[in-house]
Amino acid sequence: MNEFITNFYEILDETEKHEIHQNTDYKNLDEWDSMTSLMLIAMVDEKYGKQIKGEDIKECLTLQNLYDRIQSK
Amino acid sequence: MTQGILNISNVQISGSVSCVPKTKIYNLESTLFNSPAEASKFVEMTGVEEKRHLDEGVLVSDLCYEAAELLIKKLDWKKDDIGILIMVTQTPDYLIPNTAIILQDRLGLSKNTACFDIPLGCSGFVYGASVISSMLTSQGFKKGLLLVGDSSSLLASAEDKTSAPLFGDAGCATAFEFHKGKNLNFKLWTDGSGFKSIIIPDGGYRNKFSEDSLRILEDSDGSKRTKVNPKMNGTDVFSFGITQVPREIKLFLENINKEVLDIDYFLFHQANKFMLEMIRKKLKLESSQVPYSIIKYGNTSSASIPLTLSLVGSDARNKKIAMCGFGVGLSIGCGYFEIGDEFINELIEYEG
Repeated sequence: MNEFITNFYEILDETEKHEIHQNTDYKNLDEWDSMTSLMLIAMVDEKYGKQIKGEDIKECLTLQNLYDRIQSK
Repeated sequence: MTQGILNISNVQISGSVSCVPKTKIYNLESTLFNSPAEASKFVEMTGVEEKRHLDEGVLVSDLCYEAAELLIKKLDWKKDDIGILIMVTQTPDYLIPNTAIILQDRLGLSKNTACFDIPLGCSGFVYGASVISSMLTSQGFKKGLLLVGDSSSLLASAEDKTSAPLFGDAGCATAFEFHKGKNLNFKLWTDGSGFKSIIIPDGGYRNKFSEDSLRILEDSDGSKRTKVNPKMNGTDVFSFGITQVPREIKLFLENINKEVLDIDYFLFHQANKFMLEMIRKKLKLESSQVPYSIIKYGNTSSASIPLTLSLVGSDARNKKIAMCGFGVGLSIGCGYFEIGDEFINELIEYEG
């Protein structure tokens, strides 16, 4: 999970590191937009070899929820 | 035999002419974005710095018509030798009849010409090429023209932040002919479960056109569109592109016994530069193997593959080409062909 938090942090440009943790409501980050979601899909594909879709991102509230969803794929 | 693989004998692609409108649209100047930073981010991700838009009253069939006339002239073809005319478009002149039929008369082709449309998008050039090649290999026809393109600027809502800055207009004509010893290969793939990923909801017979079709709907990002504009789920299309597309290309190359290093150029549908770079890296392709037209012309739908080829110019001669069109459907078409030493490859601006 810690590694996932670091990987997620690395796709961001403007957010402070302390804002990113397992309970982060990532879609409500100031810099979150449709481009960030593409970066996230690319990161999950590259680092975890898993395919996530728009609805996975929409349905998961926190980074922990998203990580669990990826693990279950 | 692998289902979905086509090995076509004795057909060659002899030339291609792409035609773009003169009017340039610059994304960094677009008022659609909330800030210059948002515009820069869009350009950086998608690659689209500028693109071309049709002028009022001009249709994609007009671009294809000019491209076809020049191609026929450059190849020194007799119009009576053309037995097939296929138009791949999702933006026809009329809903009925097919645009290829109108162009038969306009181009002055023989009445013995088989003419029809294929209403596919991003994968359409490869599908059209597979159909025209299959017809030519039967030897019932000497030569065929494949016209492709969409007037996406007329289709997308100007206030759609996903589609409006991404798509550009272009029309291309590509020449196919019976030729002993020349071969083409194709692999075709479909996943209809993704049909809502890119969709115009109204105006067909599932949801007939009504007053409600023109109601303006607003997304959470501020994009506005009606139900007769295309709606793209960019996230899902991206997810599909970076996973299924490299997989299909690998399977295709295995099937035709080719390695990545055997191919001089990979012509990809110009979806989005970030997506294409992901696909390129997954396939371990060199940058020099993957030309781009998306930077200056945007995502040009079915025209993207021949338009990208046109940018290679005369350097395309004697080269081995792999191509992959993917997107709306969801649909993927992969193809392989070799270019001869007299290949015509041109890009022109629409004169009207």
